[in-house]
Amino acid sequence: MARLLRSDLALVANWVAPGSAVLDLGCGDGALLAFLQEEKGCRCVGVELDADNFLASMDNGVEVIQQNLEEGLAMFADHSFDCVLQLQSLQMVQHTEAMLQEIGRIAREGIVTFPNFGHWTHRLAILKGRMPVSKSLPYQWYNSPNLRFSTIEDIKALARASGFDIVECIALHEGREIAMMPNLFGSLAMLRLARHAPLQAQR
Amino acid sequence: MHVVTSEIIEFNEPLKLRSGAVLAAYHLAIETYGRLNALRSNAVLVCHALNASHHVAGVTEEGETGWWDNMVGPGKPLDTERFFVIGVNNLGSCFGSSGPASINPETKKPYGADFPLVTVEDWVDVQARLLDRLGIDRLACVIGGSLGGMQALAWSMAYPERVAACVAIASTAKLSAQNIAFNDVARQAILTDPEFHGGHYYDYGVVPSRGLRVARMIGHITYLSGDDMAEKFGRARSGTDLQYGYGVDFEIESYLRYQGEKFSRYFDANTYLLITKALDYFDPAAAFEGDLSRALANTRARFLIVSFTTDWRFAPAQSRAIVKALLDAKRPVTYAEIDAPHGHDAFLLDDLRYHNTVRSYFAGLRRELNL
Repeated sequence: MARLLRSDLALVANWVAPGSAVLDLGCGDGALLAFLQEEKGCRCVGVELDADNFLASMDNGVEVIQQNLEEGLAMFADHSFDCVLQLQSLQMVQHTEAMLQEIGRIAREGIVTFPNFGHWTHRLAILKGRMPVSKSLPYQWYNSPNLRFSTIEDIKALARASGFDIVECIALHEGREIAMMPNLFGSLAMLRLARHAPLQAQR
Repeated sequence: MHVVTSEIIEFNEPLKLRSGAVLAAYHLAIETYGRLNALRSNAVLVCHALNASHHVAGVTEEGETGWWDNMVGPGKPLDTERFFVIGVNNLGSCFGSSGPASINPETKKPYGADFPLVTVEDWVDVQARLLDRLGIDRLACVIGGSLGGMQALAWSMAYPERVAACVAIASTAKLSAQNIAFNDVARQAILTDPEFHGGHYYDYGVVPSRGLRVARMIGHITYLSGDDMAEKFGRARSGTDLQYGYGVDFEIESYLRYQGEKFSRYFDANTYLLITKALDYFDPAAAFEGDLSRALANTRARFLIVSFTTDWRFAPAQSRAIVKALLDAKRPVTYAEIDAPHGHDAFLLDDLRYHNTVRSYFAGLRRELNL
């Protein structure tokens, strides 16, 4: 059975090498991991806290660990995966920098996607004096699960400071790639990261 | 309701136990549910915990419902219309299999304290012989809660080629010091009962029921969560006035005494001692310098590990240690941490998320094994 993916997930899937070991932090219903397992022969593990998503992942045939990402990733050993995915959940984690470092500890490659706070509609909303509410940030400031708000340039800077090279960066809006002024016109950012520094014994 | 009957299966090949002792012959009480398919590929072995038995599901002629009837049966999470389910009473227990209360063929009297200690691994060896007898090479799944989960884990390590999936619920790869401590208090209650007679109480026509009652009361406290107990009993009084004596003032006292009393009427004291020791001894990582991932490295099963947030007897941290060891060994594992209020006992109770997790797992197993 061939699986179909949302456009952003299809782009992520393109970045994952066939046969690699993939850890997905906040794997949702597990559709992407199921695709990677079946179509690309990957060994996949998902992490998901939400009970309904957890069951959906099981039903998608994905191995899934029910855990709160805020409790840390001690469950996963150094270099135990080839690639760690964190798709639209990095902004919900309190310790963004520590999370990026953990991704680098567990795998050589990371793929993160997140809403771009620098999208022009968001900037305009702020200019008008209100916090933005949009398709990519569909919450009010007081009930949003998102704890961190960043632009694409912000996250690139943090990723570099956390020991990653930025291999690719794509901005999307409504499923289409934005080539011109991505930090202004892209509402969703996708970063493909490769750890440049060797693991240090500082931990 | 479907009436189930048990069978007794005799074994005459001598069994060498981990203790060094040899049992020349023994028998096992079993029950089965569902139908073994033509390929003999749909068998599921259910391993029981401390005080349960081979009577897993359905109702006996005497009207007794199986201990996991909410989980196992037609259309239930472990669906007996799809799987052939085997329940077996463990060696040393007291519900029909050979144990301390059985007659020792050498003395023609009950074994009593002479029945050898058995370990979790011994049980698994015996269960493997049972499967040989039933003509089953490979289990679709071995599943158990608590001590039953230990057996499931031991199966995956001892007979990797014979297990497709291993489900360990509210279990652990080794008891904590606190767990062993609780077990020893329970054993001391039995061992110091004047009617224990060094384990040969059958010869005196008595049972150390005071010891058993206390042992069960202690155990029961550890199976419930503090919140659960507070909600069920709080400080509710059994009568209106305090008695200013040592009788029952509070509902919780009355409940625990009732549970202890009931237990002491059907459970064998020597079996309680033996099974708690088997719990204490289980530590498969010990042979690998404490490295559980090395102990699990040769397994071939996929795993489902389940814990309950309020279980402090076999806490989620103990399940997470198993999951970490499996991940380190690159073995396929799914881990569910069920938010449930009922402590260790949750593994026996109805909980939709828990049951749906097990249901999904067996559905996945059916897809994988074409059942």
